[in-house]
Amino acid sequence: MTTLHGDIPGAHGSHGGHDHHDGGYLDRKGGMVSTIIDWATTIDHKKIGVMYLVAVLTMFFIGGIAAMLIRYELFQPVRIQTVGEMAGKATGTDLATLFGQKDMSVAQADNIYNRVMTLHGAVMVFMFIVPGIPASLGNFLLPLMLGAKDVAFPRLNLASWYVYVFGSIFGILAIVMGGVDTGWTFYTPYSSSHADPGHWRVVFMILAAFILGFSSIFTGLNFIVTVHKLRAPGLGWFDLPLFVWAMYSTSIIQVLATPVIGITLLLLVFERLFHVGIFDPALGGDPVLFQHFFWFYSHPVVYVMILPGMGIISECIAVHSRKQIFGYKAIAFSSLSIAAISFLVWGHHLFTSEGELAATIFSALTFLVAIPTAVKVFNWIGTLYKGSIQINTPMLYTLFFLFTFSIGGLTGLPLGALATDLHLHDSYFVVAHFHYVMMGGTVIAFLAGIHHWWPKMFGRMYNERWSMFACVLVFIGFNLTFFTQFFLGTRGMPRRYASYPDEFQTLHQISSIGAAILLIGFLVHLAVLVGSLFAGKKAPANPWGGLTFEWEADSPPTTHNFHHEPIAKHGPYAFDDVVPPHCDPKDYPLADPLPPGTKAH
Amino acid sequence: MTTLDINNAGSGADGRPYHETYKPASHFRSKDEEFDAVKIGMWLFLATEVLLFAGLFVGYAIFRMMHPEAFRNGSHYLDWKWGCLNTIVLLFSSWTIATAIGNAQRNEQKALRRNLLLTIACALLFVGIKFTFEYTPKWSGWFFKFDPALSHYEASGQTALGGMFEYVEGYGGKRPGSLFDYPFADNPYEPMWWSIYYCATGIHATHVLIGVGLIFWLYLRARKLHFGPGHYNAVEIVGLYWHIVDLIWIFLFPLLYLVH
Repeated sequence: MTTLHGDIPGAHGSHGGHDHHDGGYLDRKGGMVSTIIDWATTIDHKKIGVMYLVAVLTMFFIGGIAAMLIRYELFQPVRIQTVGEMAGKATGTDLATLFGQKDMSVAQADNIYNRVMTLHGAVMVFMFIVPGIPASLGNFLLPLMLGAKDVAFPRLNLASWYVYVFGSIFGILAIVMGGVDTGWTFYTPYSSSHADPGHWRVVFMILAAFILGFSSIFTGLNFIVTVHKLRAPGLGWFDLPLFVWAMYSTSIIQVLATPVIGITLLLLVFERLFHVGIFDPALGGDPVLFQHFFWFYSHPVVYVMILPGMGIISECIAVHSRKQIFGYKAIAFSSLSIAAISFLVWGHHLFTSEGELAATIFSALTFLVAIPTAVKVFNWIGTLYKGSIQINTPMLYTLFFLFTFSIGGLTGLPLGALATDLHLHDSYFVVAHFHYVMMGGTVIAFLAGIHHWWPKMFGRMYNERWSMFACVLVFIGFNLTFFTQFFLGTRGMPRRYASYPDEFQTLHQISSIGAAILLIGFLVHLAVLVGSLFAGKKAPANPWGGLTFEWEADSPPTTHNFHHEPIAKHGPYAFDDVVPPHCDPKDYPLADPLPPGTKAH
Repeated sequence: MTTLDINNAGSGADGRPYHETYKPASHFRSKDEEFDAVKIGMWLFLATEVLLFAGLFVGYAIFRMMHPEAFRNGSHYLDWKWGCLNTIVLLFSSWTIATAIGNAQRNEQKALRRNLLLTIACALLFVGIKFTFEYTPKWSGWFFKFDPALSHYEASGQTALGGMFEYVEGYGGKRPGSLFDYPFADNPYEPMWWSIYYCATGIHATHVLIGVGLIFWLYLRARKLHFGPGHYNAVEIVGLYWHIVDLIWIFLFPLLYLVH
């Protein structure tokens, strides 16, 4: 075991990692079969993180195809033009034609559109964005950032991956069996008695979401215990990287909210199988109760989606500005307070179906979320100020995030205000707001994180130029796709419809063209990242000059993460006082240089 | 060592039992740290269990508020005596598993095995009573039939079972939902009561059966002398799980059987 670690900063930084990667976690353990068995039975959090990364990105791809199909259908409104007494040429049936339906009626076109739309929502929400960052990057990084060898319960961690795959198989089965058209929210009584009555595929899709919940709980539970019990010596709560704070807050929501959707979906399955009637008005049940239950989970869970993204942004912005993060405690506590407030705002999804008093209270509580969120945004901007900003893909995405996430956050306010919401609810404005937060926030942060930690995960540098080019494509494509939808929404285009009045066609077409550019951007990213695995330069242990523990490990880390258990000697963002591990001191002139003879790190 | 060592030990080379030679998984610094971690993990899991059942309790509260008559009528068909007996059975089983943890701590292997078996027996007795005397009669068709010749039982002010009902074979049971065959409901919302009843007790009974599996696993390991003063993590956390199963029943029993 090498002992070069840490003592001689820069000794092996500039030319990349250790000379011999003994026991790198990616090392092949033999032939093809034994490698596959090794991965399938691994309890190494890094391998599980990589397996999750592959799995969630596969689901992102499937959900993305559905999104492209939606935009393809919306390029034209659905029309049957009648010529005299004969039904003439149909427009807007391209999607149906793709699915081999030649003799089209408007109803059939709508039917296919509804299924594709549900597929997009259900796959993206339950299979991509909820598990996305925590299960992939979180799994990989959390123990590394804590200086631990693994998460607290490694076998539970592996189990969560298998549960995730098992649940996803149910979802895919539902799709293969013809797809469901309930919408991803499974609102009753539509999902309980009207959608494909008697058919198992709806049950399968609901069961998929139910099973995926367990995987979420396992991950969250594991992370909470890991943060409590496995921090390295000297690593206090306020020495934790902000990504860890974000993961901790996320995990609390996962553990406390997911069981509620669990019982809700279970009752919905009983509803379909036995007609228990709890949510079915025909049997005396209450569909609004379903909505309350559903959003009691699903609103907190949008913070499960965004908080990890915020954690990534906190890391990227500090490291790539080489600056102490502005307002560390404010950012840490705002994560926790977002988690706490998230449980009190579910009623803003039901403004039109609940009482006026309840709506008023929920509206007020909704505005509260804006406070910790804005605290974060201002602190990030404060961090940039006078920082030594490095423009590279992670930083570009971080700036991208600040722009789009702010738009997403601010457009949430008119939706939280009762009067404007009456006009805007169920319109494309909501779609645009949601996508600015989820895609402009979470997905963009995910991309920042993937590029930021790619060298650490796979030991290879990606091609910076091509990645930045792809980032610009994504930026243009994203904004074209979704900014137009704010206009569509305010002008009255309702969401979830396959057709629309002619005057909306231009905006819809701009949106669809934007989606195509977005797709090209993602494909370039995929090519660059996959290409880097084969042709990328070897990554140094600390390519960006980060100060958190993961940069002390090799790239890629050894099976046990560290050669020695790391000890916290400085804050996670003490860029003014410390030369980052594995880095050359002359590249990192300190504000107040250490006296000669003292160890920098 | 190529992977994390989380399944180390077995009997030591010198033939000492597993619990004496037990070493914590290699990513923990000490046995105590592992014990704490395992306990925090189980407590978090228990929190999820409470929230899972919270959905049912909220459903119960809301529908009871909306249709108090239906719930009052429906609960008359439950016999509190069986519920009470089951409560005693579960409380006793909580005591036996708590004692089992103490046995492990004091290395009383024989008592440990006995208490684990007793707990399993209680759990099976609970499920047995539930199925034989509660579910099956309601499902299979012999049930109390409301006799229209007698006055409406609420008007008479008597308890439900006092005289106005008689056992009738093949009258149709009280199965959940679409399987309901319930021609003599006094209130159109009475099926809702049964839905809540079957969902709540059914999910609880499932938890009891999962507990039987877990405690049986403990028993098998206890026979191989896996537990003792040096190591009893699994007994401790399964014990915690068993207590929450008990606790949930303690809430279900009065809400379903006693509140009229």
